[in-house]
Amino acid sequence: MSAALETRGLCKSFGALTVADDIDFRLEIGARHALIGPNGAGKTTFVNMLTGALPPSSGRIVLGGEDITAMAQAKRVKRGLGRTFQINALFRRLAVIDNVALAVAERRGVARRMLRAASTHADVRAESMDLLATLGLAEDAGIRILDLPYGKQRLVEIAIALGLKPRVLLLDEPAAGVPSLESYRILQVLDNLPKHIAILIIEHDMDLVFRFAQRITVLVQGEVLVEGPPEEIAKDKRVHQVYLGEQHHG
Amino acid sequence: MSAHAGGYSADPRIRWIESLPWIVAIAAFFALPEYLSLGARILIYILYALSLDLIVGYAGIITLGHSAYFGLGAYIAGILAAKAGISDPMVQLAAAAAAGALLGISTGAIILRTKALTLLMLTLAITSVLLEIANKATTLTGGADGLSGVVVAPILGLFRFDIFGKTAYLYCLLVLLLGWWLVRKMIYSPFGTSLTGVRENSLRMHAIGAPVYWRLVLVYTLSATIAGVAGGLITQTNQFVGLNVLSFESAGELLVMLILGGVGRIYGAFVGPVAYLIAQDFLAKQFPEYWYFGIGTMLVLVVMFARGGILGILDGSLVKLRSRP
Amino acid sequence: MEAFFASLVSVAFHGAALGMILYVISVGLSVTMGLMGFANLAHGVFAMAGGYVLTTAISRFGAPYPLALALAFALVAAASVVLERLLYSRLYAASDLEQVLFTIGLIFIAVAVARFIYGTLQQPVVLPDYLKGQFPLLGRDFPAYRVFIIVFSAVMVALLWFGVERTRWGAMVRATVDNRAMAQSVGINTKRLFTLTFALGSGLAGLGGGLGAEIIAIQPSYPFENLVYFLVVVSVGGLGSLRGPFVAALLIGIADTACKYWLPQYGAFPIYVATIAILLWRPSGLFGRHA
Repeated sequence: MSAALETRGLCKSFGALTVADDIDFRLEIGARHALIGPNGAGKTTFVNMLTGALPPSSGRIVLGGEDITAMAQAKRVKRGLGRTFQINALFRRLAVIDNVALAVAERRGVARRMLRAASTHADVRAESMDLLATLGLAEDAGIRILDLPYGKQRLVEIAIALGLKPRVLLLDEPAAGVPSLESYRILQVLDNLPKHIAILIIEHDMDLVFRFAQRITVLVQGEVLVEGPPEEIAKDKRVHQVYLGEQHHG
Repeated sequence: MSAHAGGYSADPRIRWIESLPWIVAIAAFFALPEYLSLGARILIYILYALSLDLIVGYAGIITLGHSAYFGLGAYIAGILAAKAGISDPMVQLAAAAAAGALLGISTGAIILRTKALTLLMLTLAITSVLLEIANKATTLTGGADGLSGVVVAPILGLFRFDIFGKTAYLYCLLVLLLGWWLVRKMIYSPFGTSLTGVRENSLRMHAIGAPVYWRLVLVYTLSATIAGVAGGLITQTNQFVGLNVLSFESAGELLVMLILGGVGRIYGAFVGPVAYLIAQDFLAKQFPEYWYFGIGTMLVLVVMFARGGILGILDGSLVKLRSRP
Repeated sequence: MEAFFASLVSVAFHGAALGMILYVISVGLSVTMGLMGFANLAHGVFAMAGGYVLTTAISRFGAPYPLALALAFALVAAASVVLERLLYSRLYAASDLEQVLFTIGLIFIAVAVARFIYGTLQQPVVLPDYLKGQFPLLGRDFPAYRVFIIVFSAVMVALLWFGVERTRWGAMVRATVDNRAMAQSVGINTKRLFTLTFALGSGLAGLGGGLGAEIIAIQPSYPFENLVYFLVVVSVGGLGSLRGPFVAALLIGIADTACKYWLPQYGAFPIYVATIAILLWRPSGLFGRHA
C-alpha cells in the first residue's frame, strides 16, 4: 500500500545554506501526523516544497503513488493536496462564504463560467454553507473577513482548504496567533475533520500537537531528528535537549 | 464594495435603480437636442471606462496604457472607412473589436507575466510604440494631422448619421447597453468572483488551484475588446481620428474618470465620465489652467479622503442616513 | 569612413550627455521606489521645477549660472520636503493604484501651475559665454555645454556613489532597501531617512532638469512627455539600484541619439521595443535584485 504522501531524499539549499537535508518522510492514508521543531528548522520550507511553491534542489515527492516533484502548484491541488497558511491568506474584502465558495467552485471546475450568475450555482453555495456549518461559521457567512475576529479567520483558512476536498491536508500552524484559551476551538475542528484525509500539522503549541497527533516527526536544522508516536517523542532525550535548549536561549 | 461586487450570495437580478442611467440617457435625448454630440462622447467614454474598470477595479491590474486598445480600435475603424472604402458601420465596429481583442491577447499574454512597476512600464511602452507607429505611418494614419475622410454608411442601410447627432447618440446608447449587459453578467458570474479573488490575494488563488494567469489574460482580452469597440465608436461619431486617442494623457484622463466615479463598482464607470466630460465641456475651454489644476487637486483629494469616488461618498452617506434612529 | 567615424563619435558624445542628464534626474526615482516602495510618477515635476528655477533665476534675476544651478537643487529639495511630509508620507502604506493616482494628480497640478505662470511656450535658456563655444579635445571640437554636462554629472555621480557606499546615511539607505523591518528593528529612524532621501532624490532631479534645460525643453507638458523616459531608465536599470539606472540611462541616451541621427523615420520606436524586450527578458531590470 502506498502512502498518501511521501518524500525521498528531499534537499533544499540556498547557496551555502542547507534548509532541508535528505528528508525521507511518509504520511500514511488518514494519518494524524505532526511536524515539530525549533524555529528555523525548515518546517515551512518543507511544506512549501510539498505544495510546489518552492522547487527542491534534489529528491522526490510522491503523492498517492504519483511523482509530483516537477508538477505545478495548481495541478497538485487538483490531485488532492490542500494547505493552510501560517499567516492568514484570505480574501480580505470578500464575504466568508465567497472565500470558501471560490475554492469549491475551482474544485468543481465551474470557476471560469462567465454568463451564469455565481449565486445561481446552488451546489457551490450549499457545499460552502455546509462546510461553514461544520466549522461553526454558518452565522458569519455574510461577513467580510475584515470584520471577522482573528480566531474565526483561522477557521476560514481551514474551511478554504477543506473546500478543495483534499486527500492530504497540510496545516501550517493553524493555531498561530490564537490565544491559547481559544485554541481548543481549533482543536475541536481538527478532531472532527473527515477521517480519510491524511493530515500533516505543523504547530508550536505542544499541547495541541500531543492531543491531536498519532505520529510526530521532529525536524532540526533541516534534518529529521527522530520520528515516532507521541509517547516515544515525549520521552526522547534528544528532543528534550533541542526544546530545553531552545527554552534556555529564550 | 458590496454594491456591485458580485459573489456567490449576490442577487444578480436588475434592480429598479439600475434603470436610472438609461432613463436619464433617453430623457437627455429629447430634452437636450443641442448637446447630443457631447452626449454620444459621454456614452462612448462610459463604455471605455467600463472596460478599464474590469481590469483595474475587478482584477486589480494597474495600467497606464489602456488607450492602446481604444486607439487601435479608432484607427482600424478609421482606416477601413477612409482608406479601404469599407463604410458599413457594423463591419467597422466588428473590425475594431477584433483588433482590440487581438492586441489584447497578444500584449496581455506578455505583460501579465510581470507585476507592479514592470507591468505599468510595459503598458506605457506598448502604448508608446503604437503612438509612434500612428505618428510615423502617415500614409495610413495621416500622422499628426489626423485621419480625415472617414465615411460611415447608414446603419443596416437604414439609419443615416445625421448632422444633429441623433442617430449617433442612439447607436452609441445601444452599443453601451450591450456592453453594460455583458460586463454586468460577467461581474456576477463565478469568473467575475474569481477575478476579485485574484485582486484580493493572488497567492491564495494559486493555492486553491486557480489558473490565475489565464484568468487575467482572458479578462484583459475582454477589456481590450470593449475598449476597441469604444474606439471604433469615437471614430464613427467624430468621422475623424487624431493621435490623441493613443496618448498617455487620454489614458490618464480615463483613469481619472473611473476614480472620480468609483473603482470596482460598475456604475462608477457611468458617473465618472458624466461628471468629468460635462465639467470639461463647460470649464476646460475657457480656463484650461484651472481645469487641469482642478482635476489634479480632485485626484489628490479623492486618494486622500474619498477612496470610493462619488459613488463611495453616496454609499457612505446612505449608510449614515439609514443608521440614524 | 572618416565621416562615419566622426558621426559615431558625435552620437556617442551627444548620447552620453543626454544619458547623464537622464541619470541625474532618474536616480532619485530609483532610490525612492526601492527604498519606500513608492511609485512616484510625479518625479518629472521636480525636474521641470528645477528647469524653471534655473531659467527664471538667470533671465529674471540675472543670477550667474552656477548659482542658478545650486538654486535649482536647493529650492526643489526644500519644496520636496514639504510635499513629502504633508502628502507623500501619508501614502507609503497605500496601494500601488492609490500612489499612481495621487502622483498623476500632482502632475496635473504642476502642469496647470506651470502653464499659469509661464504659459505654454518653451523656456529659453541663457547660457554663460564660457559654455557657449566649442571645446577642443583630441583634435575635435565638442560643444562646451555638453562637455560641461558630462563632466559635472560625472562628479555628482561620483559624490553620490561615494555617499551611498561610505557614509552612515548610505549604509542606512542600503540596509533599509534590503529589509525595512530589520532596519527599523535595529533602530534606524526610517521616517527621517525617507524624508532626507526623498529630498536628495528630488533635489538631484531639480538639478538635472536645470542642467539639461537646453536638451530636454522646459515646458508645462514636461512631466507627462518625459515620464516614459524616466520610468524606462528606472525599470530597465532595476529598482533600488544605483549602478543599474546609470547603465540604463547611458544606453538609452546613446540609443535615442543614434536613432534620431540614423533612423529618424522610426522616432522613438526602437527604444520602446528594446525596453519591452529587456523587461521581458529580465522583468526586474538589468540590475534588479530579484531574478
